[in-house]
Order: sequence, then structure tokens, then C-alpha cells
Amino acid sequence: MNKRRLVERFWKALMIASTAVVIGCLLFIVVTVIWKGLPALSLSMITRIPKGGYYLGKEGGILNAILGSLYLALGATALACVLSLPVVIFLNVYCRKRSRLAELTRFSFDVLWGIPSIVYGAFGFVLMVYFGMRTSLLAGIVTVALLEVPIMSRAIDEVIKLVPRELKEASYSLGATRLETSLKVIIRQCLPGILTGILIAFGRGIGDAASVLFTAGFTDRIPTSLGQPAATLPLAIFFQLGTPFPEVRQRAYASAAILTILILFISVLARVLSRRYTKHVIR
Amino acid sequence: MRLLKEKAGRTVMFILTVLPTLLLVLMFFGLFRKSRAILALKSFGGLLFSSGWHPLRGEFGLFPFLIGTLWVTAVALVIAVPISLLMAVYLSEYAPRGFRDFAKPLIDLLSGIPSVIFGVWGVLVIVPLVGRIAPLFGRYSSGYSVLAGGIVLAVMIFPTIIHVALEVFSAIPFPLREASLSLGATRWETTRHVVLRKGSQGIIAACVLGLSRALGETMAVLMVVGNVPAAPKSVFDAGYPLPALIANNYGEILSVPLYDSALMLAALVLFIVVQTFNILARWFLVRAERRAE
Repeated sequence: MNKRRLVERFWKALMIASTAVVIGCLLFIVVTVIWKGLPALSLSMITRIPKGGYYLGKEGGILNAILGSLYLALGATALACVLSLPVVIFLNVYCRKRSRLAELTRFSFDVLWGIPSIVYGAFGFVLMVYFGMRTSLLAGIVTVALLEVPIMSRAIDEVIKLVPRELKEASYSLGATRLETSLKVIIRQCLPGILTGILIAFGRGIGDAASVLFTAGFTDRIPTSLGQPAATLPLAIFFQLGTPFPEVRQRAYASAAILTILILFISVLARVLSRRYTKHVIR
Repeated sequence: MRLLKEKAGRTVMFILTVLPTLLLVLMFFGLFRKSRAILALKSFGGLLFSSGWHPLRGEFGLFPFLIGTLWVTAVALVIAVPISLLMAVYLSEYAPRGFRDFAKPLIDLLSGIPSVIFGVWGVLVIVPLVGRIAPLFGRYSSGYSVLAGGIVLAVMIFPTIIHVALEVFSAIPFPLREASLSLGATRWETTRHVVLRKGSQGIIAACVLGLSRALGETMAVLMVVGNVPAAPKSVFDAGYPLPALIANNYGEILSVPLYDSALMLAALVLFIVVQTFNILARWFLVRAERRAE
């Protein structure tokens, strides 16, 4: 009896230790990055674009990368929304419960979700070359949108699946078509979940570096049209960290702090939004 | 009019729904088309298993990169699998409700952190740490090594494994646990003989999904692994995984002949390997679901 209790204790201790390690790692990462970054963070970092010789330690900031990332992620998220919302609605409203098409599509989403972002980058590059484009904001947006579609669709699909059948049937019995039901009933009912899904995808898009490496390019200027290359925050961090100059590396830490704060903000926002926009939801 | 709208909407949605599947096929063929240029000159096997990487001389051996990928992934799995499974078991079997609701958002947060941030953390914390512990094993290391890459990767795949494992455990019916507990088994005995056994397929799936995540992870690993194109001999040596190779050479991609083709081949290999593991994991998950019913 004693031995059994000892075994029980041993495993429980191990589990608590593992939990502590995982949560500790998260805190450790956030605290290290912000701790290292804050001292180097200054107003000119986030309000100015790099001057000549910025990567050698001269004056300037990373406004180009911050704006570039925002443009890129906003564009990509909008595009991904347009692509994935109709698909998810089709899967849940139009398809029968166990239809082949629905199963195949869900499976494709699962598989696409697992594809590494560098492969998306390479594929984006292939597309880019095929259409004769150069590295540009547009190419970056398309690539990141492809990356975001499976993430967003899976998240939204989970929510729309939970819409009670009675709600749909009530709408049909009032004479609404399926399209009207989808747009006016289901989307409203699922709004909090959909917003969360969109924000998750947005966060993924803004933080991803490997896919834009080939496609969006890098520049010191702020892009003014879709055809120009755009700098992104993750790549700015990567390049600044790659230089041998301590001042520039300091700035990499500061940029990393900015990105981390941005991501934290987005995920808190996602939580708050999903709580607040529940007023149309019928339980 | 309304019916017309309904029809139009239906058609548009149907077309869009076919896209994801099409995208998969397109991706394969796009990458394949690009890598044909090099496959026409050399055999696939020869490229995979030769170890000379001299793009200027036209030698593109992917072997060191494959080995690098395997090493880093293996290290990551050895660290991540036990820790994440233990945490998943704790959250689903032991932890009070309040703690579970507190921990789940944190795991989501960890999975949302961009890989570059993991890389910065790795450079700041893990690399110096590895540099310091290497002499204890009688080896010199700059810290930029397979071990550092593996540790950073392990932290990155925690959320994947925990998430899937939690889902698997929650699908196991409660009466089974209650039956075991009422026979006088302790919590751990119940966990081991009921939960882990019943969920074994799902656990394998969770690990395989973590594995495929680890195989493709790029930026964070690239920043800490050292990037020396030779097969590493120990975990303290630098390695050069496949994704890092693709990411690191985008600059020269169009200036050296066949270079882009070789890199696209690397991407294709990665795509196929990751895909195989993903499909394998899904298969295990489907089986696990059937078993739980």
C-alpha cells in the first residue's frame, strides 16, 4: 500500500514539474524579450524609417517594418477571410452531414495547416516566378493569405459546427433561403467565434517570417503600392540580429519586444472581443 | 430574385470549397515542376545521399541537411514528448478546474508566439547556456548547436502535443475512469491502465503531429543551430536543417544556375515528408476516435 502511494506521489510531482516547465518557458520567453528590449526601445525606433547605414549602427527606426507588417497582415487576413468564410459556410450549411466533399475539404485543411511556412514561401516564390512578378507586397499578401486560410477555416469551422439545428430550421421555416440563413442568422450567431478565428490568423500572419522571406522582399522604405516590396517586422528582427554590431543587436531586441507586445495585445483583444460580442448570440 | 441569389451564392461557395484540395495538388506540382530542372541532370537518390554542397561547382548534396533535420527533430522530441504528455495528463486528470481554465489560454498564447521571438530567446538564453554546459561533457561548443536548436524547437512544439493530447483524453468516457477508481486503483493506476491505454492511438498522433511541426520549423532553428553544412557528430556540433537551408539562400537563388531548382527540390522533399507524417497522424486520430466510441 505504501509503495502504491509513493508511486502516485512520484508521478504527480513529475507532472507538476512538467507543467511548471511549460508555463515557466512561456513566462521566461516573454519576460526575457521584453526585459532585453525595453531599454533599447525609444520613440525614434517606432516613428522613423532607417537612414543610410542603419544596419551599421547609424540613426533611424523600424517604422517601415512595423507598417509593412501591418499592411501585409491586414491584406492577407482580409483575403483569407474572403476565401475561408464561404468555404466554411458551404461545408456546414449546404453539405450533408457525411458528404464526401466536406470530409475531403476538412482533411485538406488539416493537412494544409501542418505544412511548414517555409514551404508556403517556396510555393509563393514558384507562383511569383510563374506570373512574372517581382518580390512585392502583393506577392507577400497572397502567400500569407494561403498560410492563414487553413488556420482561420479550422477555427471558424469549430464554431459554426456548434450552431444548433433548431436555429437553422426556425430560419428555414420562416421562408429564408440557405444563403439568407447563413448571412443573417449563422454569421451573427457565431460572430464572437469568427472574430477570434480572424484574430488568431492575423497574429499568425504578422509573426510569420519564413513565408515572406521569398515573396515580400525587404526594403528601407514604406510601401506605397501593392507592387513595391515591403519590409516586415520578423525579418527586421532577423536581419538586425545577424549583424555583428552591438547597437544594432540591441535594436533587434527592441524590435522583438515590439512584436511580442503586439502579439500579446492581439491575443488579449481576441479574448475580450469574444466575450463582448455575444449580445446577438442565442443560447 | 432571391432564388437567383441563392443559386449564385451556392455556386461561388462550391467553387471556393474545391480550392483547398486543389491548392494541395497545385503546391506539389508547382514545386515538382521547379525541381525537374535538377532532377533531369541527377538522380533523386544521388542528390539525397551525396554530401557535397558546392552550388558554384554544381554539387547539390542534400544529405548533411537531412541528417541535420533528423538530429534537431530527434532532440526536440526527446525533450518535448515526455514533458508535454505529463502536462496534458495533469491538466486532464489531476488539475482543479480553475487551474485548467487558467493554463489553456497560456498554451494558446505559447503557440501564438512568432518563431522569430523564439529565435531571439534562443540566442539570448539557450545558446549561452549550451556553450556553458558543453565543457562539462568534455567538449567545446560555441553554443550554436543542434542541442540549442532542439531545446528551442521542443518549447515550440509543446502546445501542439499538449493540445492534441488533451483532446484525446477528453474523448475518453468518464465511466471508464470511475470503474477503475471504484475498484480501488489509485489515480495514477487509473491513468496508466485506462486513460493512457485507451488513448494510445491518439497519443501517437499527438507526437507525430509535434514531429511534423518540428520538421518544418524554420526561423527559430535557423537562428540558433549554427548552420554548418556538414552532418553533425554530436548534439554540441552545429547542424544545418533543411528549412534553414531554404531560408538562408533565398538571396542567391537566381544568380547561380540550378540553385533555385535545388532549393525547390529541398522544399519538395520537406513537403512530402511533412505530408506523410501529417496523414499518418490523421489516420491514427481517426482510429482513436473509432476506438473511443
